[in-house]
Amino acid sequence: MNLSTHRAEPIAKALPLIEVEGLGRYFGALSAVRDVSFTLNRGDILGFLGPNGAGKSTTMQMLTGNLAPSAGRVRVAGIDLRRHPKAAKAHIGYLPEVPPLYRDAGVDEFLRFCAGLHGLRGKAVVSAVDRAKQRCGLEKVGRRLIGNLSKGFQQRVGIAQAIVHEPEVVILDEPTVGLDPIQIIEIRALIAELGRAHGVIVSTHILPEVQALCNRVQIIRRGELVFSAHTDDLVATRESRLRVRFVQPGNGDALAALPGVLDVKAEGDRWVLRIDGNAGEVAEAVAVLAQEGGWGLRELTPEWVTLEQLFVDLTVHEAPPT
Amino acid sequence: MNAIGLIAGRELRALFLSPLAWVILAVASFLIGWLFLAQLDIYLQLQPRLAGMEGAPGVTDLVVAPAFGAAAVVLLLIAPLVTMRTLSEERRSGTLVLLRSAPISSTQIVLGKYLGLLGFFSVLLALVAMLPLSLLFAGSLDMGKLAAGLMGLWLLSAMFVAAGLFVSSLTEHPGVAAIGGFGLLLLLWVIDLAATKGEGGVLAYLSMLTHVQNFLQGILDSVDLIYFGLGILLFLGLAVHRLEAQRLGPMSWGREDA
Repeated sequence: MNLSTHRAEPIAKALPLIEVEGLGRYFGALSAVRDVSFTLNRGDILGFLGPNGAGKSTTMQMLTGNLAPSAGRVRVAGIDLRRHPKAAKAHIGYLPEVPPLYRDAGVDEFLRFCAGLHGLRGKAVVSAVDRAKQRCGLEKVGRRLIGNLSKGFQQRVGIAQAIVHEPEVVILDEPTVGLDPIQIIEIRALIAELGRAHGVIVSTHILPEVQALCNRVQIIRRGELVFSAHTDDLVATRESRLRVRFVQPGNGDALAALPGVLDVKAEGDRWVLRIDGNAGEVAEAVAVLAQEGGWGLRELTPEWVTLEQLFVDLTVHEAPPT
Repeated sequence: MNAIGLIAGRELRALFLSPLAWVILAVASFLIGWLFLAQLDIYLQLQPRLAGMEGAPGVTDLVVAPAFGAAAVVLLLIAPLVTMRTLSEERRSGTLVLLRSAPISSTQIVLGKYLGLLGFFSVLLALVAMLPLSLLFAGSLDMGKLAAGLMGLWLLSAMFVAAGLFVSSLTEHPGVAAIGGFGLLLLLWVIDLAATKGEGGVLAYLSMLTHVQNFLQGILDSVDLIYFGLGILLFLGLAVHRLEAQRLGPMSWGREDA
């Protein structure tokens, strides 16, 4: 029996951070997750979408070793989670749906405990806790009891707990629930920062969040992955919208004549352009057009309606299997 | 090894952060102190008669041993209250996920929790030990018998805690864990009553009472040590098994259960 604490070993850069093969889970006769396979690379921020009860949390519990899969396997940084759970888990930071917080502990005390659980010792604990607190905006509440903090701060402590040991993979189950808009922006910025050096999996049902954050998206429905793509591809291959406003009235026909524009609608003092493909290229053309015509460009907002459309199509419109 | 210490420290700290632990310490100290004084009172009444006897039993036999016997019952009553929250509350509030997601094993979690709780009982027993030691101001004690008695109480507590920890791993409700703990401990205490008087056999052997009695009389028998050692290992093993089973969850391949 190996009772030693596991420090994360540095891993090769090229290795996928997470490889999931044919993951499945039964609860009694109920099949909660079926045949889920995907990989996560360094620098990926993977948005995990799905209606409530689709299997998002179950999948995340299996990725973090909280739930044993009925089928399939998970490899973290090339390490089999089932065979070497300690070594694999050392690379993972996890924020479950309900943040696992000791309400009777202070923030500093709690984070030191978490750092210790992940094998940090001595000075490394202090610097890791300071860094996690600074990243999550917790500097001023270090001495306060977690139970007395607001929901938003508790959520931040939950995130700090997940990143305190600088894991390669950060798995966040609905990280922005219960936060106010300012906090949501801060947390998104934090996730984006994490995504640069680590791999991040975020589950959410807020679609704009995925749009704002993720470079990959996966939709799960009734335990099955029904869609998986890079968001760039999604933008490139699907339809999008561009919302523009000028000081001058502008010319709808000229806008409609731009390449890639499907049609143009006036909505109050704005024009809404329906675009086949990536709104970015058209936005450039619109800006040039506005400048040439002296219309005075005031607003130019690309809208990514496709994800919402896709989500609704994939998760709602299909009849339940009999 | 360090993770175990960390969890133990956290457990002990959480116990002392709650009023429950302090109340239990206060009530237990008061009760055991009361029982001790009552025993001392009886001894003082008997003392003139004992003085004339050849080879009369000393104060350790007449005061300390019965007081420790009573203390064992008090420990039995409070142990489930101390252990009830350990694992059940962690599961209930979702904090067990924190431990499960960390690179530590279920064995480490259980051992950490166990040592933390044992720390609490060691504090309580240190308080209990003060009572007979206070008699040193007025006379002398059989220190060997006293040490054996304390060791017996400590081993008994260690067994209580292991059993309580196991019951706490079975449920998410601390109340259920407390009642279940009482049931289990009382059963192990009185199991020999089912046996016919005199010849105890297996059931008498299983009773904790039989084994702790030897310690209180100052008898160190390896059989008793093995009994407690095996009991503790059994319950801790079961608790580890429970934690692992929860991770596997209600799962079946092919088996249909509603």
